[in-house]
Amino acid sequence: MAVAIAEARAGKRGERVYSGRVPQLLERGFIAFKSSTYMIVISGFLEPVLYLLSFGYGIGKLLPTITVGSATIKYAAFIAPALLATSAMNGAIYDSTMNVFFKLNHDRIYHGMLATSMGPLDVALGEIGWALIRGFSYACAFMIVIAPLGLVESMWGLLAIPAAVLIAFGFAACGMAITSYMKSFQQLEIINIFLLPMFLFSGSFYPISVFPQWLQFTVNLLPLTHAINLVRGLCLGNINMALLGHAFYFIVMIIVGLFFTTKRLNAIFMK
Amino acid sequence: MSNPLISARGLTKKFGDFTAVNGIDFDVFKGESFGFLGPNGAGKSTAMRIIGATSQRTSGTITVLDKDPEINGPQIRAHLGVVPQQDNLDMQLSVAENLYIYGRYFGLPRKFVKGKVDELLAFAQLEEKRDAKVETLSGGMKRRLTIARALVSEPEILMLDEPTTGLDPQARHILWDRLFRLKEQGVTLLITTHFMDEAEQLCDRLIVMDKGSIMAEGSPASLIKDYSTKEVLEVRFGSDRNQSMADQLRAMCDRIEELPDRVLMYTEDGEALLEKIYAANLHPKTSLVRRSSLEDVFLRLTGRTLIE
Repeated sequence: MAVAIAEARAGKRGERVYSGRVPQLLERGFIAFKSSTYMIVISGFLEPVLYLLSFGYGIGKLLPTITVGSATIKYAAFIAPALLATSAMNGAIYDSTMNVFFKLNHDRIYHGMLATSMGPLDVALGEIGWALIRGFSYACAFMIVIAPLGLVESMWGLLAIPAAVLIAFGFAACGMAITSYMKSFQQLEIINIFLLPMFLFSGSFYPISVFPQWLQFTVNLLPLTHAINLVRGLCLGNINMALLGHAFYFIVMIIVGLFFTTKRLNAIFMK
Repeated sequence: MSNPLISARGLTKKFGDFTAVNGIDFDVFKGESFGFLGPNGAGKSTAMRIIGATSQRTSGTITVLDKDPEINGPQIRAHLGVVPQQDNLDMQLSVAENLYIYGRYFGLPRKFVKGKVDELLAFAQLEEKRDAKVETLSGGMKRRLTIARALVSEPEILMLDEPTTGLDPQARHILWDRLFRLKEQGVTLLITTHFMDEAEQLCDRLIVMDKGSIMAEGSPASLIKDYSTKEVLEVRFGSDRNQSMADQLRAMCDRIEELPDRVLMYTEDGEALLEKIYAANLHPKTSLVRRSSLEDVFLRLTGRTLIE
């Protein structure tokens, strides 16, 4: 039967590297989630909620409102979109770096997968797909927490959910590409060294207009800045062309990330 | 004879300047148990990976079920069950889940795979471990699970890379028993090993490989017949004296091999030779008469032992 299934794909585009098995890989994700990875997933959801409680209501007491452009909003409503964007990033990065590194080099799970009639592109898309499902669930769950608190100012805020998925996709694609070049577990720490300052300085807790010009310029190059500006713009209802620019940043990340991931996986598994 | 399932001609694989597989020719036929025997680094695993379309050859031709692995990788792998040298079970899943999801990777329907899981748990004698996490299994159990997993798609060809390396003797025998059963069911087995006893037990036909090349090909019995004598007498005179005795011993039989700890003497009749040694007033500290094995074939062909 396995043969007939594989033969049925003969002649289709990309048949050497892709066999249409993304649903089966997602199924693996769900089974693993039920039996072992659920704690990681839950902690990923709690993280932004805890930040919101601590900063939103702690600092929010000292600083009830903040002025963005011409509008004055609650401090918690200012940071909530940033936390949503950051949790999309963190979930995607965890899945595509630590998790992928272990499956690739330690447990060698991908080697097992690729001994079946799947191809490397199935594996790459399956892993990224799982990261997206997680990103989507986090975004929905966080929305359910912040919307009743009145922290979403506009109906455009609903679009923050697909935006979070886009953000997760970009980070997952690039994270996986970077991980495929990493030789040791220690090297992965480089990613963390980059992530934490990015979280702290990308306008999560205050507008980057407080920075000197040169730093503003640097921060504006970082992906998380674009993620935060995109989600914040939607949640506050500040709809303008700049949002498309931010989204485009992530589309480029997705294309570049997928290109290098597939290239590397082919080199690793088909050497 | 019918068309071979696998056919390689001048198969070569280079990694930079290093030639892992050096222009080898072989054919594997349906239902046979075919072995690659050789020491570590002989190119056995590389040859296996090329067959499984997870490594691309540098030159030469290979067809697996009349297809080229480089073009039809996924379609060829649908016929194969692969047991890698290093276990790569899914540590996040249980024993039964490992079997289930592996069947799903082949695109098989859920219902079919569920039935298969029960059957394979029984085959691998792992029914009691059904819901256990993989990391709690012993080495032998992990190996059996890996073999069961490779069977989930009902492959025509089962490829086993060093199937019993690292297992204790009891676990090895259980595993061999399982492989015999598969052979009886008509599954074509492809086995790499550096254990001569494993090759003798499991393989109908094998190629002896060293440094990427084929040194000899045939059934275990015919290889022994062609490259060795019927019996071998092993004598030990103590490490300092083995060498000085060698010239005297060489005159007494067809051929000798001097190993660091003992001298191997090749002869049709080991007991008679031993008597001749005593008659010549040479007194080995220990002596042992045994039948020739593939180890002797390898030693003859390469001047080296299999396990160094």
